[in-house]
Amino acid sequence: MSTGSTVGDAVIRTEGLTRQFTRREGLRKVRLSAVDGLTVTVGPGEAVGYIGANGAGKSTTIKMLVGILLPTSGQVRTCGLEPMAERVRLSRQVGVVFGQRSQLWWDLPVAESFSILGAVHRLSPHDERARTVELVEQLEMGPFLSTPVRQLSLGQRMRAEVAAALLHRPRLVILDEPTIGLDVVSKQRLREFLRAERTQHGTTLLLTTHDMGDVARLCPRVLVIDRGRLAYDGALDGLSRVVGARRVLVVDLDEPVEDLTGIAHTEHLASEAGGLRQRIAVDSEATTVPEVLAAVSARVGVRDLAVEEPDIEDVVRRVYLAQAGEGQRSVGPAPGGASGGASGASGGARGGASGGPRGTAGPASGTLGS
Amino acid sequence: MRARARVWWRLVVAGMRESATYRLAMLGGLVANLTFGFLKYGILTARVHAGGAPVVGYSVAVMSAYVWLSQGMLGSINLFGRTALAQRISSGDVAVDFLRPLSVQTSACLREIGRGLLALAPRGLPSVAIGAGLVGMALPYGVAGYLLGALSLLLAIAVSATTVYLVGVSGFWLVETRGVQVFYMVVSGFLAGLFVPIALMPAWLQVTAYATPFPAMLMMPVDVVSGRVGGLAALGLVMAQVGWLLLTAALGSRLTAAGRRRLEVQGG
Repeated sequence: MSTGSTVGDAVIRTEGLTRQFTRREGLRKVRLSAVDGLTVTVGPGEAVGYIGANGAGKSTTIKMLVGILLPTSGQVRTCGLEPMAERVRLSRQVGVVFGQRSQLWWDLPVAESFSILGAVHRLSPHDERARTVELVEQLEMGPFLSTPVRQLSLGQRMRAEVAAALLHRPRLVILDEPTIGLDVVSKQRLREFLRAERTQHGTTLLLTTHDMGDVARLCPRVLVIDRGRLAYDGALDGLSRVVGARRVLVVDLDEPVEDLTGIAHTEHLASEAGGLRQRIAVDSEATTVPEVLAAVSARVGVRDLAVEEPDIEDVVRRVYLAQAGEGQRSVGPAPGGASGGASGASGGARGGASGGPRGTAGPASGTLGS
Repeated sequence: MRARARVWWRLVVAGMRESATYRLAMLGGLVANLTFGFLKYGILTARVHAGGAPVVGYSVAVMSAYVWLSQGMLGSINLFGRTALAQRISSGDVAVDFLRPLSVQTSACLREIGRGLLALAPRGLPSVAIGAGLVGMALPYGVAGYLLGALSLLLAIAVSATTVYLVGVSGFWLVETRGVQVFYMVVSGFLAGLFVPIALMPAWLQVTAYATPFPAMLMMPVDVVSGRVGGLAALGLVMAQVGWLLLTAALGSRLTAAGRRRLEVQGG
């Protein structure tokens, strides 16, 4: 059976996984590390959110996990198999959704794609029918089952894509940006389905996304990758403390005033138009937006307001800064614990560079991980 | 074994259904086939008439068979060099193909074969029927002739799929394969014997042509079906087709394995 009997029952295990690309910049050839010394273990039944900025290395990691891309160095085992050499066997145990790529037959009806995939995965006709019925019901695909794929709306197509990836009941489901471009209702429906699927079948879930909502609703554990390196591996709680601190209240005022500093648990970030519009970072752990708004209103009339949720880029930067605050760690690949607890990635040398104009307000190092 | 046959058949059917979607394109293809068919018929039979006797075995009836069979097969074999694989490599969609418990080569070729088989109905048969009905042509002798002809036709479609796959697979190295495609398009039709029967070419060109898989895609099945080559020689042509099928398939498999290791999925 499994050639990797020594790796135990981990569904994903990587050690020092690295992938470099050669790119031409003018006349010079430059080697870039898309993934750099990634060490991570994911156990059966876990649901892991894998987040990072664009180009951080998420998709590259996934491609190495499923045997599409050859690692430059390091080890990778998925479902106990070596992905590149045992791709065909692995593909029977893994289901992947690439949000921006279709695995359906473009010109054929949705149902036809399912039936082809059923044959490809060698499901018995009975099994194929039962599973299709189950998926059609749960993902509410009945109305468009006989529609050619190219005529589906994005929301419909994504549901069909997810169903196609899950048709063969894979042990591991990897979703690369599954909610990209979806409206709120479609997102919610998809998340509910994935949660149910995991509860019912014990499926292991690895999800990359730019939507913190996906992570919050689906993934107890979070991996943050930044420029190819693991920057955070731990519970979502620990991360959301870091993230929560970065909600930003933007207020438009009746008249220009001085910077609104000194409000409890906030930090003044910027003033625009001579003080007519001000941006205030709110520490959600310690206070609430209404409280802060009340404090502002006590000083000056508020004409309009907006609350900016932190985006993934910001989350990554916060994680980074928090790490830098922990002290200068030695540069090197993360030791990569299984779950829980932050695993230190590289030191703070790059933290300064990524600081940006928003300053360094926020929780101290203790908020990371456990 | 049965499970594998089911998968293969399913993929062939998928290819057929996919191309069945584009009916107007088929009608257009048929009209073009017929137009050029009459043009070829006019020129090539004039050559036979001018000689006053069959030219290297080509009587008017055999020449007519050559014209209509080769025109009829145009929709089923790929002489353009365009492949779904090349497109999928340059867009990065090929990543999805590697997620299936199937050889990427097998699924690409079966899809292409499905497409070729389907085209026989709306493009192949009408071309032959209309052409033969209007001007007449030679037909195979007896049941064995038809059976061997059908086998040869099937092999031609398969060789076309495995050969054009080699153009697509070059995308693993080149990403943009347009140059290879154009080269393939220029060379394949000529060496397959689409414009002039290979037997009418100068000797050195005949040798060149038979050193490539292209005659196995067109000239050989036309010779077998039209009965220009019969008996054991016809069996020999079919064996040659099998040889080319195995050779191109093996080469494609080797290239897929090598190319896959250097695949960088385009477009993130």
